[in-house]
Amino acid sequence: MTRVFISGTHAVAEAADLADVKVIAAYPITPQTSIVETLARKVSSGELKAEMVPVESEHSAMSTVVGASLAGARAFTASSSQGLALMHEVLPYASGLRLPIVMAIANRALASPVSIFNDQQDSLSQRDSGWLQFYVKNAQEALDFILIAYRLAEDPRVLLPVMVCMDGFSISHTSEPVEIPSRELVREFLPAFKANYPHLDLEDPKVFNVMAFPDHFEEFQRDKHESSRNVLVITDEVYGDFNRLFGRQYGNVEYYQASDAEVVLVGMGSMMGTVRDVVDALRAAGQKVGMARVASYRPFPVSEIRSALKSARTIGVLDRDISFGAGGILYQDVVRSLYNESGPRPRAINFIVGLGGRDVSHRTIRTCFERLFLASDKEALGTEGELQWPDENEKLLKTWEVGKTYGN
Amino acid sequence: MEISLKTLPDEEYVAPGRGGCPGCPAVLGCRMASKVLGRNTIQVTSTGCMCVNYGYYGAPRYPFVHSLFENAGAVISGIDASLKAQGKRDGVNLFGYCGDGGTVDIGLQALSGAAERGHRFLYICYDNEGYMNTGSQRSGATPPGARTSTTPVSKLSPGERRPFRRKKDMVRIMAAHGIPYAASASLAYPLDYLRKVKKAIEIDGPTYIHLQSPCLTGWGIPESQGVAVARLAVQTCVFPVYEVYDGNVFKITVKPREKKPIEEYLKVQGRFRHLFTDGWPEEIAKFQAEVDENWRVLNALEQMANGGENA
Repeated sequence: MTRVFISGTHAVAEAADLADVKVIAAYPITPQTSIVETLARKVSSGELKAEMVPVESEHSAMSTVVGASLAGARAFTASSSQGLALMHEVLPYASGLRLPIVMAIANRALASPVSIFNDQQDSLSQRDSGWLQFYVKNAQEALDFILIAYRLAEDPRVLLPVMVCMDGFSISHTSEPVEIPSRELVREFLPAFKANYPHLDLEDPKVFNVMAFPDHFEEFQRDKHESSRNVLVITDEVYGDFNRLFGRQYGNVEYYQASDAEVVLVGMGSMMGTVRDVVDALRAAGQKVGMARVASYRPFPVSEIRSALKSARTIGVLDRDISFGAGGILYQDVVRSLYNESGPRPRAINFIVGLGGRDVSHRTIRTCFERLFLASDKEALGTEGELQWPDENEKLLKTWEVGKTYGN
Repeated sequence: MEISLKTLPDEEYVAPGRGGCPGCPAVLGCRMASKVLGRNTIQVTSTGCMCVNYGYYGAPRYPFVHSLFENAGAVISGIDASLKAQGKRDGVNLFGYCGDGGTVDIGLQALSGAAERGHRFLYICYDNEGYMNTGSQRSGATPPGARTSTTPVSKLSPGERRPFRRKKDMVRIMAAHGIPYAASASLAYPLDYLRKVKKAIEIDGPTYIHLQSPCLTGWGIPESQGVAVARLAVQTCVFPVYEVYDGNVFKITVKPREKKPIEEYLKVQGRFRHLFTDGWPEEIAKFQAEVDENWRVLNALEQMANGGENA
């Protein structure tokens, strides 16, 4: 084990190297690019024995790792934003073929308008692709979850591809101390690759991507769903192994001061570090606040979220994304988890924050907690009050007349 | 092994009784290629007729991947890289067999990328000159004057109104990548076709064969006439059969003794019938001029490769 000072992208590249990936295919896009640049250097120098395929688009990047995985090798790619959107068609193809591909995402907003900065709209828009999705909070977790992702993806109870999502710039380009585990320990956690799924084999020829008619199709989909849910059962064992070998304990949800909290903020990614800070400050002032950070977004830990949040008076869900015309994407999952709970349910408010790189500051989080305390005193919020924009630019809203009629 | 009718194996690499219209030239072309490629083959076929013909219940006796519509070139790239990384590349014939829609239109980018990166594969495009699997819509390979369901014939329109010489010339597009071998082939000249398949598969690099594949239903020809129409295409020089080595050495492999007028090719196909019956003689003349010009250019290119001498 060594301790180094590196960025999230570098940490991910180290993880792919440690996982001994055999084929890497990727296309440049900010803020992902330095992941594959680092891997390209490793392959070029002979440090990593793998085939690097510098493809002509992200659609081809995903298609190439599909081909590589189908031919029986551990494959890796990375993308962001428009690149991930371009891959969209190939994502359910990969999960349907049950290929254990791992892809790192450096989260970035989707155009239009253009933004190179962070939000989670890109990967959350791929929610229903059959891929597992994990959201990390720092560079160390980015490294660790690439290893965890391969372990889960290749588990015969799962066999689904995995996205490991880290916030663009705030994780991808921020250097911090990262522990790089030894290859021996990694091999103990993640055994050498052996294709344990239907793959291209001259001795045992198969047809891939068959046509499924209505009497079969639904069960193919059901199987992906059940396998995805299996992850929630086996993560205890996987996180336990990880902790035993590397001394870091993970969960599908990370809680902080949540067990006795009256008011809890739920969210994903790097901004939850800020939430933790504010929880400390408010606790010191005697306020019973807490945090729940969702690490495993797909599968969604429904029961765990339900039991963790049901006794809170009010919960707020931070969404660094928006489903236009409905509200935050994570909010829908969280609220849905609580609905069928008998007895009193917490009130819920949705905060849309940090779109296109807008800073999620201590002040943002304090505002959220303040509104949550106000909400808990009110009888009902109504549908409008349920969705809040705590960092809205009031001046722009007025001068642009946001939401008003277009034209003369 | 020299390719001849005697040396081709009796063994079939495609199970009988699978899909495909009776007499379909695309099915014939794939089965013929498999006779040269043998069992140690991985086939990638993009969305189209052949993924239905072979993919529904599993026809080939070697691994077969139905890719998406536009990504066959990239899936092939991944398989090639993967086998290389595992030290298993030798002795495997990696082979794409895709339609013209998946090649000249939606799949052009992925194929171009695979070619310029230099992966090892043979890609055969079976060109039936339209989106025949979805019921005969026009593609970038549809010839001028052809009736398709998206280029319907009316008083105002003779079908596909492609500008002069604008049908995509896929062999020269691939040759322009500087790949070691690109060729066109016809089912009416099977040994010429299969010798090209053998030549291509032995090359350690990207290779391409453009196989004209008349579509019985889409072109309006009788079930028994697919190969006969393919022969007329060569004899009229509508579809010249040639090779290009290293991007610039052209060699015409079948030269018709007598170049027949294109009417002989057009009049046997329902998709061109209106050119004769609805009075579009200028379209036929334009088509003939296009064929003549393409044939002249091709001969000039061959002559250039021979240092000025025509073979």
